[in-house]
Amino acid sequence: MGGTADILQGRKGSVAVAGDKPLALDCAKPSLAGSVSQRACVFCGSRVVLYPVADALHLVHGPIGCAAYTWDIRGALSSGPQLHRLSFSTDLREKDVVYGGEKKLALALDRLIPQHRPKAAFVYSTCLVGLIGDDLQRVCRQASERHGIPVVPVESEGFRGTKKDGYKAACEALFSLIGTAEPESPRPGTPRINILGEFNIAGEAWILKSYYQRMGVEVGAIFTGDGRIDAIRGAQGAQLNVVQCSGSMTHLAKRMQERWGIPYIRVSYFGIEDCAEALYEVARRFEAAPGILERAQAVVAQELAAVLPALEPFRKDLQGRKAALYVGGAFKAFSLIKALRLLGMRTVLAGTQTGGPEDYERLRSICDPGTILVDDSNPKELSGFLRQTGAELFIGGVKERPLAHKLGIGFCDHNHERKEALAGFEGMVNFAREVHASVMSPVWALRKSEL
Amino acid sequence: MLLRHTPAEPAVERQALTINPAKTCQPIGAMYAALGLHGCMPHSHGSQGCCSYHRSALTRHYKEPVIAGTSSFTEGSSVFGGQANLLEAITNLFSIYDAEVVAVHTTCLSETIGDDITQIVAKAQDEGRIPKGKYVIKASTPSYVGSHVTGYSNMVKGMIEVFAKSTGKKLDQVNIIPGFVEPSDMAEVKRMANELGVKTVLFPDTSSVLNSPQSGKYSMYPKGGATVAEVTSAGDSILTLALGPLGAGPGARLLDTQCKVPCQVLELPLGLRHTDIFIDALRKAAGVVVPESMMDERGQVLDFITDMQQYFHGKSAALAGDPDQLVPLAQFLSDIGMQVKYAVTGTPGKKFEAKMQAICGPAAKIKEGGQGDLYQLHQWIKQGKVDMIFGGTYCKYIGRDEDIPVIRFGFPIYDRVGHQYFPILGYRGALRLLEKVLTVIQDRQDRDAPEEKFELVM
Repeated sequence: MGGTADILQGRKGSVAVAGDKPLALDCAKPSLAGSVSQRACVFCGSRVVLYPVADALHLVHGPIGCAAYTWDIRGALSSGPQLHRLSFSTDLREKDVVYGGEKKLALALDRLIPQHRPKAAFVYSTCLVGLIGDDLQRVCRQASERHGIPVVPVESEGFRGTKKDGYKAACEALFSLIGTAEPESPRPGTPRINILGEFNIAGEAWILKSYYQRMGVEVGAIFTGDGRIDAIRGAQGAQLNVVQCSGSMTHLAKRMQERWGIPYIRVSYFGIEDCAEALYEVARRFEAAPGILERAQAVVAQELAAVLPALEPFRKDLQGRKAALYVGGAFKAFSLIKALRLLGMRTVLAGTQTGGPEDYERLRSICDPGTILVDDSNPKELSGFLRQTGAELFIGGVKERPLAHKLGIGFCDHNHERKEALAGFEGMVNFAREVHASVMSPVWALRKSEL
Repeated sequence: MLLRHTPAEPAVERQALTINPAKTCQPIGAMYAALGLHGCMPHSHGSQGCCSYHRSALTRHYKEPVIAGTSSFTEGSSVFGGQANLLEAITNLFSIYDAEVVAVHTTCLSETIGDDITQIVAKAQDEGRIPKGKYVIKASTPSYVGSHVTGYSNMVKGMIEVFAKSTGKKLDQVNIIPGFVEPSDMAEVKRMANELGVKTVLFPDTSSVLNSPQSGKYSMYPKGGATVAEVTSAGDSILTLALGPLGAGPGARLLDTQCKVPCQVLELPLGLRHTDIFIDALRKAAGVVVPESMMDERGQVLDFITDMQQYFHGKSAALAGDPDQLVPLAQFLSDIGMQVKYAVTGTPGKKFEAKMQAICGPAAKIKEGGQGDLYQLHQWIKQGKVDMIFGGTYCKYIGRDEDIPVIRFGFPIYDRVGHQYFPILGYRGALRLLEKVLTVIQDRQDRDAPEEKFELVM
């Protein structure tokens, strides 16, 4: 790897340039100690996945920080209850470290459940709890017996792996609820799906739900955007699980397949190609339902008729410009590269926090030769790559935004802080508008002063 | 939205529970303090999440890149200790990121498994992992003790421990240790001292670090920050002024024991009265005369209050934040004729309640610690309204539910900018606070006035 970017000793294997040859990129490994990694922990993974379940109580069992930093930071919208937006913590103190926090946890549940009457409670374990050895399972089971609602322990001690392991712990917590209630009775001739890995950031789940409704497909449970415990408990009533953001929820899909025999497919709703393909794929799975394919085609045609002309002005300005992206999971990266291509933009840097070997191989195959691929990067590397490639747009999350802006290049948040829906067909227009607004901002003309 | 989840009736006993905290944990304070040292790389000795959260929180608050290393604990490190991780990290941080100083703070994880940072740093030194002329400083910051303010103060002590030296020859300079305040405030304190003609060493100093300009380049170590040489020389200063008993007091007292530099612990110079006290302390220490320009600044504040007192009079406020900020703020609000009805801080410490009660009167409701949270504040507000709320961004839920304006104040502020650039300390900061308060009052009056009483001149 040449160029000007500085790469940590021991990280050289995690950077590559897309070309004809297959890659052997170092990935899916713990971060090097001392690297300024953009990654997070197990707890973080569990918290972001479960957080959107709006009628559940989310109690963080640990010191205050874990609760404070995850308090309503994700724009996961709810159409009804807002209980998930409060921050509940056992606020463990020094004496709890010595004597254990079980009593405090039980008391907290006894106080909160009668007051808020949630449909279920999730109790998150943190590093400290893992160390002091509180028996979360027992405290939760007893609380569940006392209060008559599911009280689900989430085994999310921060140090027990990466954010991905946190997704898995969240999937296990959700899985424990599925099948504990009768599903709504099926409507004849109407197939039912669950949507997995969709968090309703900026209302995206509602957009997707409307597409499926127009196709004549019923959406049972959404994991977990605008999520409701009752729907989750009866989610075994669906005939298909449609998984997006595969990093977080494939585990749950596999578990549901084993236990309930529900098949699953992996899709992406980012970009018009992928979104259309997702709808068609679902339709193909329910071919027996009369007219479903035609209805899917009608949805896509209607949406495209509105979207394509709307994209045109943006495409004109963005044609040929270079973009860089650094995102959580690889699935999002695939879609973004295609979406950028639709806007005429070329991806010159693609990185993820949690991609696996097959992910990077696929990234290589869809990227133009010369694209830099990187796993688990850090600000120094990223800024080096951005300068080296001359990217004019950076797509990332909260920690990446100021980096781009300091370098004087455009930015688009494709993570928790997105304010506009980016999924679906209308999401593509929002994406184009946002990218355009940032790349074409008049502020860039002010960068060079005559002073 | 919180409305439907917060009942108005008095809280039943809830010692086991914090709802909507008015604090966060120690390490973020340590990270923030460390960023106020030039060329310093903060390092979080724990699992990756902590570091990521602290960086994200600071980035949301400042809209700036925030760097910090992490020991990236795994299950293995949690069983066998994090020594190997920290040693490797120290090597990497110096060799790749070219830090001048690495500031290690602990987390609940490394504290609980009992990692001995002093011993590990000594080992790193022995093994030649710390290049000549480079330093590792440290602070013990378990998240289950104190709050973010405690973490800040502990890292300030960490700086003093390693750097401050007494050569026996006094320098004609005054140390100023600011509490956990904004970069803009640190800059304002320096400006005031400069105006008085007093040579000062101010540390930590996050100005020009967390409000740095766009230059087209990314610099891991922006140009601001107190230098190692400056902090070293602090051991020879004639006096230390600690601005804020919790954030700055312990560091100042350590300098006293370690280097025999006497100290005065003051409240933050927020509002007229406490800025007077600060200026006076500086004047006496350096034997200077307060220049006319400074008296003019003071006079402007006085003039503002006098001109607009009829608007301030009798208005009420609820406060949430850190003790160091809330005490002088409460004083300032009382001084302009307002009434503080409620105040909460998550930072534990009994002195807060006594001080606040003395300023705000016996009728005011004050709470500190785990249950000094925004849920408590909201309950009180439901029992009796106030005209405005001072606090961080999370107060906006209460503001929306109860239709009460929120003046962004303290940490964290995720939804407004300005705190990076404009101070609230000193006389100029007092002007800014007055403007904010007045605008809130007058905007409401304009919004709510019946047509016939809608006023042009206010």
